Amino acid sequence: MSWAASRAGSGGPRGGLRVAVVDYGAGNLVSIEQGLTFVGADVRIARTPGDLEDAEAVIVPGVGAAAPAMRRLARAGLVDPLLRWIALGKPYLGICLGLQLLFDGSDEDGAATFGVIPGRTVLLEDAPTLPHIGWNQVERRHEHALFAGLADGTDLYFVHSYAGRPDGAGADAITLAETEHGRRFVSAVDRGNVLGVQFHPERSGGAGIRLLGNFARWATALTAGAGAERSPVGAGGTAGSD
Amino acid sequence: MLRRRVIPCLDVANGRVVKGTRFVDLVDEGDPPELAARYADEGADEIVFLDITAAPEGRRTLLDVVERTARRAFIPLTVGGGVRTVRDMRDVLRAGADKVSLNTAAVADPSLVSRCAARFGRQAVVVAIDARRVAGAAPDAADPRWEVLVRGGRDTTTLEAVEWAVRAAELGAGELLVTSIDRDGTQSGYDTALLRAITSRVTVPVIASGGAAAPSDFVAAVRDGGADAVLAASIFHRRIHAIADVKRALQAAGIPVRATQGVAA
Repeated sequence: MSWAASRAGSGGPRGGLRVAVVDYGAGNLVSIEQGLTFVGADVRIARTPGDLEDAEAVIVPGVGAAAPAMRRLARAGLVDPLLRWIALGKPYLGICLGLQLLFDGSDEDGAATFGVIPGRTVLLEDAPTLPHIGWNQVERRHEHALFAGLADGTDLYFVHSYAGRPDGAGADAITLAETEHGRRFVSAVDRGNVLGVQFHPERSGGAGIRLLGNFARWATALTAGAGAERSPVGAGGTAGSD
Repeated sequence: MLRRRVIPCLDVANGRVVKGTRFVDLVDEGDPPELAARYADEGADEIVFLDITAAPEGRRTLLDVVERTARRAFIPLTVGGGVRTVRDMRDVLRAGADKVSLNTAAVADPSLVSRCAARFGRQAVVVAIDARRVAGAAPDAADPRWEVLVRGGRDTTTLEAVEWAVRAAELGAGELLVTSIDRDGTQSGYDTALLRAITSRVTVPVIASGGAAAPSDFVAAVRDGGADAVLAASIFHRRIHAIADVKRALQAAGIPVRATQGVAA
């Protein structure tokens, strides 16, 4: 399957970041594809391991429960390639269920998931309403290029009942942002080349689009060598170009 | 803290936004993606499309409209009207909707709610309930009851609205869109007693619909009715009030709303 920009005849010199968006039948991919295209990325919807091969960044979106998602990913032969991708240190973003899959397992249906981040996906505690649907404040625990140009506490769109809870010694370092609904839960994680967000940037208006652009810049910098000399844009995005 | 949402509703017939009392005197109001994008810019927290043609031949048109809208407005999109099967729901989600609203088909076959929730997650399943006060019950009756109507308010059922709301949530609805048929199109305010009767019995979010006229009506739906989101059509379409006016009123009443940020990156 070709890259979107090539399909549109605008590939080549434009050279947007090649982002593979993994499709395993878990809902709407139109918005994420459109959002990434809007910020200049070349998007491919990836359904087979081969679709990941010349990608520069991978996004695993998705809503719903973990067990059917894991089944579909396994059936498509995508679990091992995704784990390899992560192990190779390449840029990776999990959105909503895509974030939850990074943990060891899910309480929602007992599914074993990727085990990339220690901890489990658990039901939101003391939530006044479930599912947690709507715009809520995302409060950073540390700074990251992903949030460049966004005020701390920016409202982003959520739609979920479960969230991943990092566990063990590295939990604090991995927690990138938190949000409160009843109690606080982890709404973004950062483990080197792996980022995960519980909210939906592709459905979060201008703030979400900015975040997708930040992801593309961060991934470009990471691909170019840990944000070093070759990176055309600073990983901070707004930190001044040159 | 979770924000209360303000949601414009677009009634769509044959691929165009129409206005009028839901099903009669329809006036062409424009291209759905165009209007959705305008509302997104003006601070809408979500968009709801109700396909009121819902004739089999209109499905392709609707899916096209959904996709064009999803490509224009980067806010959540709920689509209702004519979804009768898990496959229908899949098609609408695949076209770019985030949630699908079930109404008549869910009343006819409640297992549809469970099957859709099992396949796509409950967060994607909205059950829309059209409710009418049972005749004879005074507006201030101590124990009001509401009956569920289907087919756009044309047919009565034997279901009681609050009981159906509770059951729908148990079956797997992740959200309820509650419309007062008595108030719809009357601009006499939401039926806050109906809303409160439902919000006090379920933990899923409830969207208030039917009767909005003034910004204070939206405040009442949240404060008195316990609604998590407030929906309106004509007052936004006719530019009687802007979404920002409604949000200002909510904020002034101490109700948290989203501060809007433009799409310009």
